[in-house]
Amino acid sequence: MASSFTRLISGRNTAVLLASLGAGTMATGFLLSENSSLAAEAKKKLYPPSSDYPDLRKHNNCMASALTPAIYAKLRDKLTPNNWTLDQCIQTGVDNPGHPFIKTVGCVAGDEESYEVFADLFDPVIKDRHNGYDPRTMIHPTDLDSSKLTHGMFDENYVLSSRVRTGRSIRGLSLPPACSRAERREVERVVVTALAGLKGDLAGRYYSLGEMTEQEQQQLIDDHFLFDKPVSPLLTSAFMARDWPDARGIWHNNEKTFLIWVNEEDHTRVISMEKGGNMKRVFERFCRGLKQVEHLIQERGWEFMWNEHLGYILTCPSNLGTGLRAGVHVRLPKLSKDPRFSKILDNLRLQKRGTGGVDTAATGDTFDISNNDRLGKSEVELVQLVVDGVNYLIECEKRLEKGQDIKVPAPIPQFKK
Amino acid sequence: MPFGNTHNQLKMKFTPEQEYPDLSKHNNHMAKVLTPAMYERLRSKQTPSGFTLDDVIQTGVDNPGHPFIMTVGCVAGDEETYEVFKELLDPVIEDRHGGYKPTDKHKTDLNPDNLKGGDDLDPNYVLSSRVRTGRSIRGFCLPPHCSRGERRAVEKLSIEALASLSGDLKGKYYALKNMTDAEQQQLIDDHFLFDKPVSPLLLASGMARDWPDARGIWHNDNKTFLVWVNEEDHLRVISMQKGGNMKEVFNRFCTGLTKIESLFKDRGHAFMWNEHLGYVLTCPSNLGTGLRAGVHVKLPNMSKHAKFEEVLKRLRLQKRGTGGVDTAAVGGVFDISNADRLGFSEVELVQMVVDGIKLLIEMEKKLEKGQSIDDLMPCPEKL
Repeated sequence: MASSFTRLISGRNTAVLLASLGAGTMATGFLLSENSSLAAEAKKKLYPPSSDYPDLRKHNNCMASALTPAIYAKLRDKLTPNNWTLDQCIQTGVDNPGHPFIKTVGCVAGDEESYEVFADLFDPVIKDRHNGYDPRTMIHPTDLDSSKLTHGMFDENYVLSSRVRTGRSIRGLSLPPACSRAERREVERVVVTALAGLKGDLAGRYYSLGEMTEQEQQQLIDDHFLFDKPVSPLLTSAFMARDWPDARGIWHNNEKTFLIWVNEEDHTRVISMEKGGNMKRVFERFCRGLKQVEHLIQERGWEFMWNEHLGYILTCPSNLGTGLRAGVHVRLPKLSKDPRFSKILDNLRLQKRGTGGVDTAATGDTFDISNNDRLGKSEVELVQLVVDGVNYLIECEKRLEKGQDIKVPAPIPQFKK
Repeated sequence: MPFGNTHNQLKMKFTPEQEYPDLSKHNNHMAKVLTPAMYERLRSKQTPSGFTLDDVIQTGVDNPGHPFIMTVGCVAGDEETYEVFKELLDPVIEDRHGGYKPTDKHKTDLNPDNLKGGDDLDPNYVLSSRVRTGRSIRGFCLPPHCSRGERRAVEKLSIEALASLSGDLKGKYYALKNMTDAEQQQLIDDHFLFDKPVSPLLLASGMARDWPDARGIWHNDNKTFLVWVNEEDHLRVISMQKGGNMKEVFNRFCTGLTKIESLFKDRGHAFMWNEHLGYVLTCPSNLGTGLRAGVHVKLPNMSKHAKFEEVLKRLRLQKRGTGGVDTAAVGGVFDISNADRLGFSEVELVQMVVDGIKLLIEMEKKLEKGQSIDDLMPCPEKL
């Protein structure tokens, strides 16, 4: 249950103490003989950290930029309370030197405590990925009050669909890279039980990946809801596809505007979406749904992983803070061909993707435009940033249609101090 | 994963039922043998280096089946895996290796003089001949479980040992991560280069971690003797050449292997071997000899014959596509090799291939002439 782990992770020193205790409880008493594999303890002595240091010379990811032999030597033999190791955190970054479109993170958390026990690695990675955000000193604002959002209706001649997604982790259970089958099934049980309590426009049902009928599967594919076993080596190298499809599933409301993925890349991914440009309504439903789910799990003694420095804790450091990606599919035929397009996006703190998601390139004139940032700004701030930014892009497109010139906007500042 | 896995102990707080994998859609040896009761008895154990039951079976859980072959569905992380988890692995071995019992002894015979014939397989049909096996170095964890430090130590030892080979075995090592584009292209053209595994059977067991660190290919100048380092096993040793002179291939194989073994012994390292399981390798399917002797052979008529499969079965042979285990045959050319690995010696297995291929070619020739092959049918396989 949640409460014991909450107490444990309250102090950094406690976590480190527990981690070092974990190492001592290993099965000992096996003799080292020349005819047997070395017992784990003896192996650590025979293979100093320098012999295990990964070859990162051809690598370009945040982990490779941050890791040093000194950090590795200090952390290699440490364990989180769930006995997760540094090598397990960085395996995905060692196995995947780079990505054609984005600088990948290259490390994952196996549990909430990973971010603390391996802070010497994760802190610089977080700084690198999140524009200099310092988890030691800075506080992350959480704000799910959707009433604060203004101008959240887009011109539907340009915006085809609107979507907001985030993730949530259940405190006390290991994350997808590390979880055992029983833990993963427990996540599924906790989440599905809670979702069954949603009512009104949020009432819906759960489809277990392993048990859905062919018909249900086809419907979910047609609705663009179905997620499949990860093929991206970024995810498979991080052990997230183990035991597929056990305890994985999709929940959605009857109206097909609120969707939850269970045990894909995070414990849960929560998605609010609809066709058209009513981002205000999408965000309102998002916030309401999230709060209700949180309430429903709290009734049963569970809570989400969260702390005031890192916000919501998710598997990938890139999703810390809000874990929020608010985006639209938008047609920008003229603007996308303008040489200033990338700079405009940069200054608005927006990113473009193909409409197939992060690993795709755009085809035609339709782009997936969303916020770059996740940590250091609240949910309301980020969605407002997307709303204002997309409205600006549409303005530019309209001006270009009329043969008028456009301006590159001033860069948006990064953190409120 | 290296350095122990006391994560295993934390699973004890869940019941065995809560942790038991869903194998309802599975068809591999592991899924046929594992039961909830067995899982309960074994799940608290680990080998001295920390390999656990869940580590053993992960690949079988993640891969329910294979279109062409019955997969094993479990791997060893170290030599002791076969002892600590014998309750699971003995029945898997028995099922996979034709009824081989936990009390049986395996015979090793690497004396090529004991092979009769084999130097004259008809080159009009046999395009190439090849013998491969694997070897594991005692004291190091196997590819699913080894750390980077261990894998590099295996590589270093292998490079030193292979550098001492001389005569027609003299050769050169190409580290996967250091080779030039030109070297890489040459190795591809020679059909020597192995690439990062893409098969989910291998990926799910953790064998592709840290690729291409400490992986490489060694081959002799004549390009007839090849060693893969740290692919699916510590070492894969391959002797091959075009044409049908399997005897020569096997001679070189035995000579080279024996020499390599003594070079390792000189440096204080033995191969993993015991009198029950023979040579110990990562996959239980490769225990015993770890030997696959095969040819690429043209059998366009024979392969269309209704009795082709039955003939192969009686000869204790298996067919594959010429791209290897995960491929289908193209253009009537098959990779035909011994089906067995354990319970027969190296000489016995190569003899089966030599004799079997001779018979298949005779049958092919008869079918070319429109004649029947009924009087050539081999006896039903001896059990």
